[in-house]
Amino acid sequence: MAYHLNFGYIWRHFDKLTWGLVLSLELAFVSILIGMAIGLSLALAYTGGGRRVRGIVAGYVEFIRNVPLLLLVYLVFYGVPSIGGFAYDATTSFIITLSVYAGAYMVEVFRAGLAAIPKGLIDAGKAIGLNAWQRLIWVRLPTMFRIVLPSLSNAYVSLFKDTSLASVIAVPELTYGAQWIKTNSFRVIEVWMVVTPMYLITGYALLFALQQIERRFAIQR
Amino acid sequence: MAENSKTSPVVRIRDLRKSFGTNLVLDGIDLDVQKGEVVVVIGPSGSGKTTLLRCINLLETYDEGSIQVDGLEVGFRDGTGGGRQRRSDRELARIRADIGMVFQLFNLFPHLTARENVVLGLRKVRRLPLAEARRIAEHWLVRVGLGDKLDSLPSQLSGGQQQRVGIARAVAMDPKVLLLDEITSALDPELVGEVLTVVQELARDGMTMIVVTHEMAFARDVGSRIVFMDGGRIQIHGTPREVLSQTRHDRLKAFLARIELKLH
Repeated sequence: MAYHLNFGYIWRHFDKLTWGLVLSLELAFVSILIGMAIGLSLALAYTGGGRRVRGIVAGYVEFIRNVPLLLLVYLVFYGVPSIGGFAYDATTSFIITLSVYAGAYMVEVFRAGLAAIPKGLIDAGKAIGLNAWQRLIWVRLPTMFRIVLPSLSNAYVSLFKDTSLASVIAVPELTYGAQWIKTNSFRVIEVWMVVTPMYLITGYALLFALQQIERRFAIQR
Repeated sequence: MAENSKTSPVVRIRDLRKSFGTNLVLDGIDLDVQKGEVVVVIGPSGSGKTTLLRCINLLETYDEGSIQVDGLEVGFRDGTGGGRQRRSDRELARIRADIGMVFQLFNLFPHLTARENVVLGLRKVRRLPLAEARRIAEHWLVRVGLGDKLDSLPSQLSGGQQQRVGIARAVAMDPKVLLLDEITSALDPELVGEVLTVVQELARDGMTMIVVTHEMAFARDVGSRIVFMDGGRIQIHGTPREVLSQTRHDRLKAFLARIELKLH
């Protein structure tokens, strides 16, 4: 018996998917912002800090990198509140998880970027009389961001895709919307046929936009 | 103090010593540079001349001895009981603001245009209003022949043009002394002239300079004095005529022979 594709139920509940996609983008955006703040602070602490600071930062990075994100999602949503004796909603919990996760990857990106700043530029900043703080703001950070832009773009797109894991704690993002439709209609193939291109096109559009920014800010040699 | 400043040197170096690990790079340097003088430092690579220059604005720290710029000890604050205390980053920044430096590899800020490269120090260090900072930057960029390149990024400029921006960036701060560290070594031969011409004009205007270079013609024509360094010491020191006539000095002879070979 041949399988007949039927998208009717999906189109009727398509708002679950569009709003899911919007939420996915929001989750990614907020987590990337917080993750960048974490990553930049810790990368600077690592670069300027002593052995103890370096050890703590390296420990955080290694922990996050070697634990599956799915496990972190469960851990933060179910584990942390029960230990701490409080509760938060799934969305907040997931943003915390993805931010901490993003932070660990950003530390590595920014650390490499800071190390790749030509030493001569820092000398030049010193020579015109900029103090350490001014060198950071006007010389090191602008140079570093231009160096790390390609790595950042990759991280952004990865993190956008990682938002799909929020579905396991019932955050109504795109994958959760897909699963809801699947459960209620049993149209398994159809729903993934629709959702996959949604991820694909959004991810590609994101990458394209970031590449335009890269091109605009790249340091020509 | 005020009457003194006329005769006291802009840069006063006494018994300067510095080592990298066990390698003694500067082995007791004494040097005075008077206002308006152009002191040219020559010597084989590894003789310590770049390190000497980098110690003067404390891009390198020194171990012993003293460097004073305009009467102020560069590396240390007076400590009690003979102990010396290293200066804080902020104190150093203030001192460095009065010491200009131009680098072998230009070291222009790659994300800033020619004008912004010059404006940065005027704004953030001298705290000038934007309009005035831009006016000064444009004045100096025109002086070095880059009036039509104000909005160019370093990547859009030739090596010689980049180095002239580097000079403008340093002199716009109105430094008490300008340090030039092999500023033509990374340039194609045909671009050396345009950079040295700018330096020559600065010398004519009375800019105090310490110049590390391999350009012997420049040393002879523009230098008030030549210092020949080897092995971390000043071997010969005098007017260009005095120094370049000491052809019996073995090390100088060997050095000059190598330079000639490089030129041809």
